[in-house]
Amino acid sequence: MGKSYKTIAFHPEKCNGCNDCIEACARIKTEMNAPVHSRVNVVKDPDDAVFGISLCRQCGDPECVMNCPAGALIKDENTGVIQWDETKCVGCLICTLSCPYAGITYNTETQEVMKCDQCGGDPACVKACKPGALEFNNAAELFNAWGNLEDLFVPGISACLGCNSELLMRHTLRRVGPNTVLATPPGCIAGIGSVGVNGFTATKTPVFHPLLTNTASMLAGARRYYNRIGRDVTMLALAGDGGTADVGFQSLSGAAERGEQIIYICIDNEGYMNTGVQRSSTTPYGSWTTTTPVGSVLRGKTQDAKPMPILMMMHNCEYVATASTAFMDDYYEKLAKAIAAAKKGMAYLHVFSPCPTGWRFSPSELIEVSRKGVETNIVPLWEYSKDTARLQFTRSVDNPLPVQDYLKLIGKFKHLDAAQIDHIQKSVKRGVERLEKFARVDAFENNQEEAA
Amino acid sequence: MSQTKYLIIGSSHAGLSALDAIRMYDQEGPITIVTRENSLPYSPTVLPYVLSGQANPDRVFLRDLAYFKENGVKFINGSAVVGVKPAANSVTLDSGDEIQYEKLLLATGSAPKVPDIPGLKDAPWHVLRTLEDALRIRANAQEGQAAIILGAGLIGMHAAQDLAKAGLQVTVVATTPQVMGQYFDDEAASLIERVFVDNGVKVLTGSPVTHVTSSDNACAVSLENGLDISADLLLVAKGVNACMDYLDGSDVATGDGVLVDDKMRTSVENIWAAGDIAQGSSFFDSAKIMNGILPDASEQGRIAGMDMAEDPAVQPYMGGISMNTYNFFNNRAFAIGMCGTSGKLACLPCGLDNLGIDKMFSPSSMRYQKLVFQRDNLLGAASINTDIDPGVMLQIIRRRIDLGGVKERFASNPMDTGRLVMSSTWR
Repeated sequence: MGKSYKTIAFHPEKCNGCNDCIEACARIKTEMNAPVHSRVNVVKDPDDAVFGISLCRQCGDPECVMNCPAGALIKDENTGVIQWDETKCVGCLICTLSCPYAGITYNTETQEVMKCDQCGGDPACVKACKPGALEFNNAAELFNAWGNLEDLFVPGISACLGCNSELLMRHTLRRVGPNTVLATPPGCIAGIGSVGVNGFTATKTPVFHPLLTNTASMLAGARRYYNRIGRDVTMLALAGDGGTADVGFQSLSGAAERGEQIIYICIDNEGYMNTGVQRSSTTPYGSWTTTTPVGSVLRGKTQDAKPMPILMMMHNCEYVATASTAFMDDYYEKLAKAIAAAKKGMAYLHVFSPCPTGWRFSPSELIEVSRKGVETNIVPLWEYSKDTARLQFTRSVDNPLPVQDYLKLIGKFKHLDAAQIDHIQKSVKRGVERLEKFARVDAFENNQEEAA
Repeated sequence: MSQTKYLIIGSSHAGLSALDAIRMYDQEGPITIVTRENSLPYSPTVLPYVLSGQANPDRVFLRDLAYFKENGVKFINGSAVVGVKPAANSVTLDSGDEIQYEKLLLATGSAPKVPDIPGLKDAPWHVLRTLEDALRIRANAQEGQAAIILGAGLIGMHAAQDLAKAGLQVTVVATTPQVMGQYFDDEAASLIERVFVDNGVKVLTGSPVTHVTSSDNACAVSLENGLDISADLLLVAKGVNACMDYLDGSDVATGDGVLVDDKMRTSVENIWAAGDIAQGSSFFDSAKIMNGILPDASEQGRIAGMDMAEDPAVQPYMGGISMNTYNFFNNRAFAIGMCGTSGKLACLPCGLDNLGIDKMFSPSSMRYQKLVFQRDNLLGAASINTDIDPGVMLQIIRRRIDLGGVKERFASNPMDTGRLVMSSTWR
């Protein structure tokens, strides 16, 4: 697997145009704070006060390096930084022609080109950025670490193009590891081949195929058996929303109430996707499905989605969290906590899982849809642990994007009228307010008394 | 006869970027790269800087032997290819050796054009195309000598600057009415010319040469207007021709260069061409053009390499865009796309109507800027000493970014607006 590197990420919505980054860069590079020496520059859109940045992106396949006739630009294999060798540079400026982002520019005072070198791994601009618009992103290190974990699913399974469930099950099993018994009830995860084709399973761990109704209870039984023979084996369910929130709910609720030592992951693609896109109880309001059609009378689903993660929190599980594939570092942290929590009792993860086939959007937009769902607060990222009995947001719910930014990406919402969008926006707001209450107070009174 | 899966002839930007692209997808297939140069790979673009002394000739190389070894590449230097036999999938080297290939890339670049001027063949003239040329001119050029440069293109003007800085009396003689006519319009050219004149270079444009006379260590150039100029050093910089003599009898279709499609495939199966030798599509129209510039060579090489390795991610060539950056006597200039002389703009093919030109020309501050639009798209950008970013302008042209909502703002502040547009394309 290829290596990836740290990058300086820019979050335009947080930038206030203070130019502290520019000063910090100029000062660390030249001991003067004249902006002419800065390798980073911020530009303001006068129409809507949005900011843009010009900064070297340390590209993976850099054209500036490819086009340098003097061999003066080299991508460092260890750090990924594109290093400029002033002793080789001839000043031809072809690099400035090769960079789409003005990441390498001509300094009119030194009469040489200049570019960001990430300050050797501790960029001054990021430290100077008070609103947090510049971030030294370590996703690459995580990617390298995860890339080194074994993929416990075989290649070549039969998921649809751009399937989020495939991405999730591969990542999940990488992290949970081979000492695992996996349960995949009827649904996409089983349907795309995990439980096997022609006598072979698609996993490198033991896997079984419970009924839609009894995933949690079968897994609980398996765990109790291993406990009895003295083996510590992780029990993992990868189930769809139908198998979790609808017909599988009674066994799940029972297992949660009993505190069974299992990790139950609901991959919520908001409907019965592998049987032809029927509604489930987690299908959101307004959504088109084949059983909530759009015509002259019906305009998609008329009920709100069942708030599964909150219901599971109210079972006082050992650990409950929501997640999205667009925020994988967050997901991996939550998986680690779930693994630890399942030694004591139930860990329940509810993962937002947009489905290109059933939701009608391009496979290439999967991560964008997953990201916008979170950024609009339709899917707030939070976690709950029994120890604290308190809900904690793992990503800020302040300043969300309007829900239209998410809805417009997805075909199943394209018929929505203004009143329906208004309903969704209001219920998103109410939902966040409800979560904020849980974030402020202990969910269970006995803990509150202890805290007092 | 030796055998290889991939055979690359030529080791400059096109050849090297093809090599990298092949290795990105196929880590195993044997690659052989052949160059007529005796040295490690280098870029012809660096040569004026070798001439000026800015670049150390021992440190201009783009790859070393360790790189070839690590990547499982057989590097053969000092060998020219003299023939290609597609029927046998083989090439013949000047040593008589043959190499059999599965896939062949022609990346042999170009060589200086030498005009048919009476007497020139007998005169001791130079060209600047190889490292040896650059070192030879450097060794011959001595302070106080007179030098004549035939041609006022990029190489000619570069060499004029280098020799003037080295203390020679330099005269540039050009048939064209202005300097740098390939890239700049007459106004921009007048600024560039003035800087050269201010730095002691004589510039004689619109001056065809009738004949050259040579004596022992010197020569004289006679112009149509009756002027005779003598010099100790004569450099011919009248453009380049594709190096493709070795293709005679190979059935590879050629025009001004080797004709290629949008995957850099030639007319003959299993043979690709990229770089200065290739005649590929134009970005702006349906013509097949010679676009002998470095970034295009890299791009074409990458496409050819990916296609040779059967990398499914290969994207078709978008067509050549004329572009260059130019640094002269601490002034900086660039020209991209449709921004040349008015004659060139008039040559636009049908359909490219509604052109708008936004121009700033300030001889007193030595600044110039020209933006050429067609409706809400940028077609060309040129600058002397302004702060607009050439790379940003190139992408706005190449990606055909619709400037609709911001066009006025772009015209009045192209640097910030362009940076903002490009910033928004990245997360």
